[in-house]
This record gives sequence, structure tokens and C-alpha cells, in this order.
Amino acid sequence: MRDRLTKAVAACMIVLGLTAATAPSQAAETIKVGVLHSLSGTMAISETTLKDVMLMLIEDQNAKGGVLGKKLEPVVVDPASNWPLFAEKARELMQKDKVAAVFGCWTSVSRKSVLPVFEELNGLLFYPVQYEGEESSKNVFYTGAAPNQQAIPAVDYLMSADGGAATRWVLLGTDYVYPRTTNKILRAYLHAKGVADADIMENYTPFGHSDWQTIVAEVKKFASAGKKTAVVSTINGDANVPFYKELGNQGIKADEIPVVAFSVGEEELAGLDTAPLVGHLAAWNYFMSVETPENTAFIKKWRAFIKNAKRVTNDPMEAHFIGFNMWVQAVEQAGTTDVDAVRQAMYGQKVKNLTGGTAVMNTNHHLSKPVLIGEIQPNGQFDIVWRTKDVVPGDAWSDFIPESKKLTADWTFPWVCGNCESPRFGKAVPAGL
Amino acid sequence: MHLRLPAAWVTVGLLLAAAIAVPLLNLAVPASSALHVPTWVVSLVGKYLCYAMLALSIDLIWGYCGILSLGHGAFFALGGYAMGMHLMRQIGSRGVYGHPDLPDFMVFLNWKELPWYWHGFDNFTFALAMVAIVPGLLAFVFGWFAFRSRVTGVYLSIISQALTFALMLAFFRNDMGFGGNNGLTDFKDILGYGLQDDSTRAALFAVSALALAAVYGLCRWIVGSRLGQVLVAIRDAESRVRFLGYRVEFYKLFVFVVSAGIAGIAGALYVPQVGIINPSEFAPAASIEAVIWVAVGGRGTLHGAILGAILVNYAKTFLTGSLPEIWLFALGALFVAVTLFMPRGIVGSLSRGADRRPSPSATVEAPASTADPAAP
Amino acid sequence: MFVCRAIVALLLAASVLTGAAHAEPADLDALVQDLGAGGFAQKQKAIDGLAATGDPAAVRSLEAMLDGKLYRRLSDGRVAIGAPSGQVIRLSDPLTGADLGDAAPADVDRVTINNRLRAGLRAALGGLTLLSPEPSVRRSAADAILKARPEGIEPLLRQALTRESDDSVRAAMEQALAAVQLSSAPEPEIRIAALRTLSQAANQDVRALVAGLLVQDANGVPAEPDADVRAAAETTLAAIERRLAMWGILGNLFHGLSLGSVLLLAAVGLAITFGVMGVINMAHGEMVMLGAYTTFIVQEWFRAHAPGAFDYSILVAVPMAFVVAGAVGIAIEQSVIRFLYGRPLETLLATWGISLILQQAVRSAFGPTNREVGAPSWMSGAIEVAGGLTLTYNRLWIIVFSLVVLALLMLLNRATDFGLTMRAVVQNRRMAASMGIRTGRIDALTFGLGSGIAGIAGVALSQIDNVSPNLGQAYIIDSFMVVVFGGVGNLWGTLVGAMSLGLINKFLEPVAGAVLGKILVLVGIILFIQKRPRGLFALKGRAVEA
Repeated sequence: MRDRLTKAVAACMIVLGLTAATAPSQAAETIKVGVLHSLSGTMAISETTLKDVMLMLIEDQNAKGGVLGKKLEPVVVDPASNWPLFAEKARELMQKDKVAAVFGCWTSVSRKSVLPVFEELNGLLFYPVQYEGEESSKNVFYTGAAPNQQAIPAVDYLMSADGGAATRWVLLGTDYVYPRTTNKILRAYLHAKGVADADIMENYTPFGHSDWQTIVAEVKKFASAGKKTAVVSTINGDANVPFYKELGNQGIKADEIPVVAFSVGEEELAGLDTAPLVGHLAAWNYFMSVETPENTAFIKKWRAFIKNAKRVTNDPMEAHFIGFNMWVQAVEQAGTTDVDAVRQAMYGQKVKNLTGGTAVMNTNHHLSKPVLIGEIQPNGQFDIVWRTKDVVPGDAWSDFIPESKKLTADWTFPWVCGNCESPRFGKAVPAGL
Repeated sequence: MHLRLPAAWVTVGLLLAAAIAVPLLNLAVPASSALHVPTWVVSLVGKYLCYAMLALSIDLIWGYCGILSLGHGAFFALGGYAMGMHLMRQIGSRGVYGHPDLPDFMVFLNWKELPWYWHGFDNFTFALAMVAIVPGLLAFVFGWFAFRSRVTGVYLSIISQALTFALMLAFFRNDMGFGGNNGLTDFKDILGYGLQDDSTRAALFAVSALALAAVYGLCRWIVGSRLGQVLVAIRDAESRVRFLGYRVEFYKLFVFVVSAGIAGIAGALYVPQVGIINPSEFAPAASIEAVIWVAVGGRGTLHGAILGAILVNYAKTFLTGSLPEIWLFALGALFVAVTLFMPRGIVGSLSRGADRRPSPSATVEAPASTADPAAP
Repeated sequence: MFVCRAIVALLLAASVLTGAAHAEPADLDALVQDLGAGGFAQKQKAIDGLAATGDPAAVRSLEAMLDGKLYRRLSDGRVAIGAPSGQVIRLSDPLTGADLGDAAPADVDRVTINNRLRAGLRAALGGLTLLSPEPSVRRSAADAILKARPEGIEPLLRQALTRESDDSVRAAMEQALAAVQLSSAPEPEIRIAALRTLSQAANQDVRALVAGLLVQDANGVPAEPDADVRAAAETTLAAIERRLAMWGILGNLFHGLSLGSVLLLAAVGLAITFGVMGVINMAHGEMVMLGAYTTFIVQEWFRAHAPGAFDYSILVAVPMAFVVAGAVGIAIEQSVIRFLYGRPLETLLATWGISLILQQAVRSAFGPTNREVGAPSWMSGAIEVAGGLTLTYNRLWIIVFSLVVLALLMLLNRATDFGLTMRAVVQNRRMAASMGIRTGRIDALTFGLGSGIAGIAGVALSQIDNVSPNLGQAYIIDSFMVVVFGGVGNLWGTLVGAMSLGLINKFLEPVAGAVLGKILVLVGIILFIQKRPRGLFALKGRAVEA
């Protein structure tokens, strides 16, 4: 009995020891790239695609001869939609696998969870999803849209004559930080445009909310006050399908109450019969329907890679495309994968957008990208109805939130800071400090 | 301390050895040495130890008193939140908005002052007390109602699940003042020591190992005492114990509250090592998983619970890294196989024959309608 | 914008009515060609121009544009109506309907529109429809007038009223007329009479219109100068609001019943596997998911082989889902669960493992993204009752469907041999075995039945929720709550439990919000179980204490 037990415990310790032993210091023939996207759990629905895109981009780069004469080697892990597991896996990627950069995360909370780890170990994370801003870490490059690259232009469009000249607003969102922030910014922006609080309805629902009957009925009621009403939706992932189904069935037409969404793209619509939703809008930096040679080639490559001629592409995929290519260029330029060197080389790095124009990495770690607004079509694609003339630089700290208005993110001299009111170096340091 | 099995000494010995050896091998041995334990292993195993403590708390009530709580993650998370609140208060004005008093998320939600329930948490001792008191209090209220009205078996399991689900929804709400979905994160230091320092991590690991050893000793003592024998009697035949004149509900309530307190301490140790606490810890799936650790290790054997928690979590770490696409198949198959072929868990199966107590799994807590006299 | 376009459209309708001369075909063709040219502003101009010609021949091109079927050929810039068929798009002339040949998708550009144009197109087309032969079309035209109240519409509306034969359409037109008069008639008496007509309405738009009369500006001057009219407006407003409140309650009732029926469908399978057999079946949600994916496969088959019969695909999916989920259920019972009878808490662990495996299996087979399950036409859309109350067809059908499933299940339980033996095995296994019942076989079939019903629930849920590997997880906790609340082992309890939870939830939601409402319901269940530890409908007798 005692023997067996001791054996069992010993076996357990051996297995644990294996963890340490399976951290081999592989010969540096390849450059490892970490892919940190959930492949199971609630977020798998969105993130698995991004893992596949990364594999495609890496395969493609290797076909072109790799980077610095070495092949790239993807290290895929599954953080399983579990936020502490994200932090654990990030640490594992950097310390055990010694990856040169990590491409990953989707939700804000997963990013918040890994952030201390990346800062502690001085890693490099490319975060490809539109997010709430109010952050600039020197270890993260934000390749998705900041609120000023998505929300503000969308509201501007809805206020214009072409967008329906809306004067009454419903802000619907899932109760988490991205919708809360976006709506806070939007409320301040609408105030600045002369919209009264009585003409703004704000409503939050939990993740995965599936019964939208009451809320859609309330929106209809709110919209029947004689003013043109528009809905701004920051509803997250899974909850969108039942929301749009209810919208369609309750007969809310886009020319009566347009709904503009910031989290609904081609991938989400692929699971939906879009005929009743024609005319509802989405704002992104990328739409699959944009016809440029780059985009056509990208779609072709993606469909060949995934072996499915019907698979769609979406905005976060483009964000990874841009982020990955910038990283490759920066590494080639720096001649090393050393994080500090690559970071410096990243600033001002340019990559052609799939939708035309050129994306530029700014010193606040956000991209300059064009903003497009599309209307949902019966085939699940978007018709572009509006786009910015030029690229819009991403703003880490919103000008419409008093606390963050005074903050600046700039990781070059003399600022070298992600959230400072004045430069840390140089003459601008106030006397007495 | 009444230690019946040598296994207890082995467990305590191993934990104490780990508490000394792992920090030493991490800090004192150079990174180039084969014996060096990297920091990520330290915090990983530290996390397992916290899970092991949660498993112990479940085993104490399930294995020894027949109360299957599917909501023990709630107590774990509450302890974690209490510690998280203390760590948030320690940030002070170092948040991104530089507010002297309020955590970033409150500044952001336009809150003007600290809600009343956040007061006191800047004091470490107070926070430490709350770590056990808040879960204990919730367990007391919940248990008071449930055990007095004799809610047992599956019903208790399911309402405990409802409890943790309701708490999860509540903590998701940003209006609650606990940071909503993002929870509490971005901690800087504990008692003045930077949380990202290797030495702090090593110290936290040592504290976790020692705490686990102490809690293990406490559980041993409880189950070995006269009280523990009543608990086992309740597990095996509740009505008979009641007819003998014991106030069953008081015994149950006591052990339930102790167990919740232990889970709270586990959560408090978990948070500084993981760096985040958020409502997903309340998810019913997390609680079910914790029950499975106990079942895999061996229900009704305290060291089995520890072993199960460590093994299953190690398997998860290993499989999510090496088989990211199909690891759920492996984990699912493990659960099915353990229930089918090792109904008494790993430890129970290994010690078969030596221990002639009736298998805990043979004591049926059937739901109302499975009146099945033919069942084994 | 909408208003003036509506006027143009209506005036042109009037001119058609009075036999105004049609525009020359050449002009018309030029205007139609303009629909495909340039930016949205030019397209708008072309639409207005077409509307101003008053020629019904323009309707075809406008309708095609609204439906996104208008194309522009790149070779010669010609605008045509296109019908995709296979790899090509068949083009036809928008005015004459003459065949213009086929074109490859790359050779044509679809004429894109935006919401502004969409509203303009609807107004241009809608104006013509006040005199449509279809009563439902006339009715929506009247409703549109009530909303927009364009100036100068009154004569046309009166004319339409004199011809109107349908009572409900007539009532709608009268209300529209009253609304128009209220906002434009100078005489107070007419406005008061209009208010009297409107007091019969139960309509948010009317409420807003009437309430608008009572609004005071910054100096305290009311929008309506006449005191008598204001008094009448107050009574009318009160009457409308009373009626709206009533409809609001009915709306909550419908929403509650609908949520209840969803809960019922999700829980009724569990009421068998858990309630009757005592298996804590954590894989129940995955059976629901399998049913939903079966629906997806059946629909894919229909799309590929019988697109004409797509509306019936759901009807085929129901038995298929039952068979698929039932078969998987029997397989699970035979391979795992039968070894665990009498150890209910261990079934929890094993079925949890099974649910992980099933989720991952579906994820590997179908991919992690949502799958599109279409709605048959008879399940799309809604009945607009009144007072803003909309009864959506899919929800109505789901209510009916859930009750039918429950009734069939009860029938099976009470009136068939299988039901009898099932109950016998559940009540006293050894006695049943002595009587020659093969209890093992009955166990497998019972578990298969519960799983099959869960599969059927999946067919219904695919109509309102995501079809993804996570589908089942969303319903598992709610299902357990319903079964425990209603009372384990009692189908009536499940029905009452599901419906009351749905109703309580929906009546709390407007007051407390969706999240707080749900939390309150959960706390309520916890407290309720303390009062009645065995649920609403507790089984009595010897079976209770195992």
C-alpha cells in the first residue's frame, strides 16, 4: 500500500519534472513565432480562423525563403478561452519556447491578462482586433482599430444625409469594457454634436445573450418618437446571430432604423440568412468585397490554404496580415529578432492595405488605416457605401474622455511613454521634477 | 495531529520539500544548470498547488460528508476577489489615469468615490481576514437554508450551481464595482514586494506549498476526529444519523463553512500568482472541473484530491501546448475512463484491498425517482 | 427627405389616376440608364425623375434596384435587370423585359444603393400602392402616410377612402386621415374631431403625435395654441396610453411564453434522462447541438438537391434530428452510462467528459464558426398586432412545437406499451425484471428517447440561436433549473416550471434589466428549493427516498 502510494506520488513528480525537461533549447535554425488564439471554448468561434491565417502567412513567408535566411516555425497553443490560461500560455511561449513574437488574443480581458507577462519578459504581442483604446504598452502592437478608426466615422456617416441624418441614438452593447468605452466616447461625441441625453438610449446585455425580444421591442418604441433613430451595436460575437434574427423577424428595416455594428463581419454573417438584414451597416478597416489586386490574391490564397472555396475573410485577418508583414520587414531591417531592436524598426513601417492605400505603424503602437462603412447584402457580403479619403491614425487615448484626453502615447524620444502628460526626457520636463 | 496513513506523512513531506527546494532551485541555482527551475515552472506549479487546495476543500465535504457542491468555484473566486481588491488598493496612484484613490476601472466609469464595500481592503490583515470570512459567510447563509430544509443530493448540487452562476452574472456587471468582465488585474506589488520579481514568485510558491500542507493537516485532523466520524456516518446514512439524535444540519454546516474558507484561501493565493481575477472563475464549468480533479485523484482520500488536481491540470497544460487541436478529446476520454475503470480514482484504485472501507461511490445519493433497489 | 419624395410619388399616383399623359419611352430609358450612373446623389436624382414621369413602366426597374438585381454592363454601360443562373447572369431590359443575353459576373457591376436610396425607392414605389388591388398593400400605404403625414395628401386619401371596401383598411385610412388633419387642419373643431378618431388607436406613432401637441417650449408656450384641443388631446393621450400599456403587458406575456417554450424544449429531454432515469446528463446540451447540426446538414442537402422544397426542410429535419441524437444517446448509454446506474454523481463526471468529446468532434467536423440554418418562409416575419406588439412567426411556431412535443411525449408515456414498461422499470426495476421486462433494453431506449427529444429541440433552437459547437453549453444550466424547479420526474412540472420561469424572467426584464432579472430568478429558485426541496410537483410515496 505504502509502496504503491509512494510510487504514484513519485510518478506524479516525474511527470512534473518532464515539464522542465520538455523545454529543450532547440538549435536556432528556425525563428519561432507564437500563435496564441483560443481553439476551444467560447472564443474558438472567432479565434480559430486567426490561427489558420497565421499558419498561412508563415507558410507563405517560408516559401519566400523565410526571414533572415531562417525558416519561421509556428508554435500553436490553445488557451481555451480561459483568461488565466492565456497568461500561463504566454509565459510558456516566451520562456519555454523562446518565440520571437506572439500573434494572438481577441477579447480585451485576454489581452489584459497577458499584458503583465509581456511587459515582465519584454516580449512582443501583435493584437489584431478592434478594441477600446485607453492603452499603449511598449510590448504590444495594436493592429486592430481604435475607437476613432471605427466608431466616430460610423456615427458621422449616420448623421450625414446619406446615412439617414439620424438624430436619436440607441447604443446597444455587451456588458464589458469595449462597449462601455466605445459608448462613453460616443456619448461625449454626440453631446459635442448637440444631441441631448434624452435622445440617447444605452443598454447592456450579458455575453451570449440570446433572447432579444424585449430589447428589440424597446428599440422600436424608442424609435417611434418622431425623430430619425439609429442603433450603434457593440454586441459581441455569439449574441449577434439571435439579435439579428430577432431584428429581421420583428421587421426593423435598415432604412427606418439602421443598425451599425463594430463587431459583425463576414465571418459572423456566414452563419446567418442575411436577406432580412440588407442595408444594416458595419464599420471596419477592411471588407472582403473591396476589389483590389492585393485583396483578390489574399482571398485566393486563403481559400486554397483552408481548402474551402466559400470561406470568407474579415478585418482581424487583414490586421494579422499587416502586423505579420510589418514584423517581417522590421526583423529584416533590424537584422535580428531582438525585441528592442525590432520595436524600433517597427515605427514608420509601411505595408500595403488589402483595401488600397498604405498602413503605417505609428509611434503610439497603433496603425494608420482607412475606415470603410459597408451595408449588408443578401449574399453575406458588404457593399461599401462610404470610405475615408485617406488613412486615419489610430488614437490610443480618446479625445472625448476627459481623463484620457491629456494623455499621450509615444514610444520614441523624448516621450518614451505609453500614458504621459508630458515627455519623460528632453527639455519639456517641468522644473521641479 | 492524528495521522492514520503513512501517505499523509509522504504528502506533507513532499509539500514541505517542495516549499524549500523549488524556490532554492529557482533562485540559487544558475539558469545554465540542469537543476535550475525556471520561473514559469514556479508560478505554474504554484497555480497547481492552489487548485489542489480547492480540490481538498471539495473532497472534505464530498468525500467525507457526501455534499457534492457544484459551486465551490464561487468560494474560490470570492477569496480571490478579496485578495484582488487588496492588490488593487496597493496600486495607489500608479494606475493609468493616476487617480490617487480609485482603481482605473472606477475612474473610467465616472465613479466619484470608493464604494463602501471597498473600504478596509487597503489593510492587508483585513483583506486576509475577508479572504476566509466572505466565502465562509456565504457558505453559512447558503448552508443554513439548504441543510435545515434538508436539500440533499442532486438538488443541492444543482442549486449550488445556480449560486455560482448567479454570482458570475452579477460580477460580470460593470455596475457591481468589481471591474466587470475584465475583473481585477494589473497588480503591482504585495506587501511592498514587486509581484513580477522572481523572489516574490518563489516566496508565493513557498507560502502556497506551506499553506497546502497546513490545510491538509487540518483536513486530516477533522476527518480523523470524532466529528469526522459523524461526517462519514452522515455520508453513508444520513437519516440513520439523524434518528440517533445528531443534529445533522449543524455538522454539515460546520464542515461546509470550513471548506468554503479553505477554498477562499486557495483563491487568495491563486490571484497574486496568476495576476488576474475575473468572473469566469465563477463559471459553473470551472466548479465541475474542480470536482473532476477530486474524482480522478480519488474521492474520500485527501492526498488523492491533491494528486488529482495536479495531474489533471498538468495534463491540461501539457495537452493545450502539444496537441492544441485535439486535446479536448484526450481530456474527455480521461474523465470517462476514470469514472468507468477507476470509480474510486487513482489513489482509491491503487490502494484497493488494503482499505476495506466501503467505496464512497457505493453510497448512493440517488435522486428522487431512481428508486432502484437492484443498484449495486 | 422621405416626406417630399412621398409627396412626389403620391402626386404622380394621383396624376396616373386622372389619366395624365405618360412620358416618352426615350426619356424613360434615359432615366433608367441614369440609375446605374455615378454616385448616390445622381442615382437619387434618377429615381426622383422616374417617379415624376408617373409611368408604371418604371416600377420594374425601381423594384429591381431595391432588390439589388439591377446591373450595369461594363462593355457598353447599359443598365439591365440581372438574374443569376449558374455561373452567368441573365440580363433583360428593365423597361421592355427583352432578353439582353448572358454575362459573366466579372463583366457586370451590380448597381449599389444605400439606405437613403432604399428609403427613396420605397417611397416612390409605395406612393403608387394606396390604390393597389391588394388590401394588405393598401393598408401598409395608409400606415406609411400616418407616419409621414405628407402635405397635400388629403384629397388622394379621401378619394381612396371612398373606394375602400375592406373595413380594416378603411379604419387605417381614417386614422391616417385624422393624423394628417391633426397636423395640418387650421380649424380647432376638425382637429378635435381628428383627436376623437385617433383615440381609438393603439400606436406609438399616434402617441408621439398627440403628445407633441402638449409639449411646451422654453417659454412655457404649448405647441397647440387652442385650449380645447389641448384638453381633447389629453383625454386622447390617456386613452392611447392605457391601451398601449395593455398591449405592453400582452407583449410581455408573449415574450415570456416564447422564452418559456424555448426553456421547455431545451429541458424536456433532460426531464427524461435526468428526471426519470436519474442520470445527471451534462451532455444533454450537446444532444441539442447535434440536432441543430442535423438541421444544417438536411438544409444543405435541400439546397443542393431540392431548392424548391426548402421550406419543408425543417419538417424533414425533425425526425432526422430525433434519429441522430437518439442514436448517439443509445450509443452513450450502452458504452458508458449503463455501467454507472445507481451512481448518479458519477454519471455527471462521465457525461461531462462525453460533452467535451462531442463538442470537439463537431468542431473538428464542421469547423468552429457558426453554420447558417435558414428559416423557411412560413417561419419568417411577424404579425403586427397593434400597439407595437409584434408576434414573430418563428416564436409562435416554437411555442406550438414545444407543446406538441410535450403532448406526444405524455401520450407515449401514458398510452403505449413502451411508456408502461418504462414507468415500470423506473418505479421498481427488480419487479419489472421479474415480470420479464428486459430492463437493460428499456434503459437504453429511454435514454435514446430523452436524447432524441433534445435533438428535436435543437431543430427549433437553430431557428433563433447560433448553430455552433457552443450551442449546447448555453442551455444546459437553464435546463437543469427548469427540471429541478418543476420537480424531478414530472413532465407537468417541467411544463409549468419552464413557462413560469419564462414569464417571470420577461416581466422582470423591463424593470430590472436582462442581467439583474436573470440573477433574481436564480436566487428565487435557490430560495424556492429551500421551501420545497423537491420542486413544484414533487413525486410522493416510496419512490422518493431511494
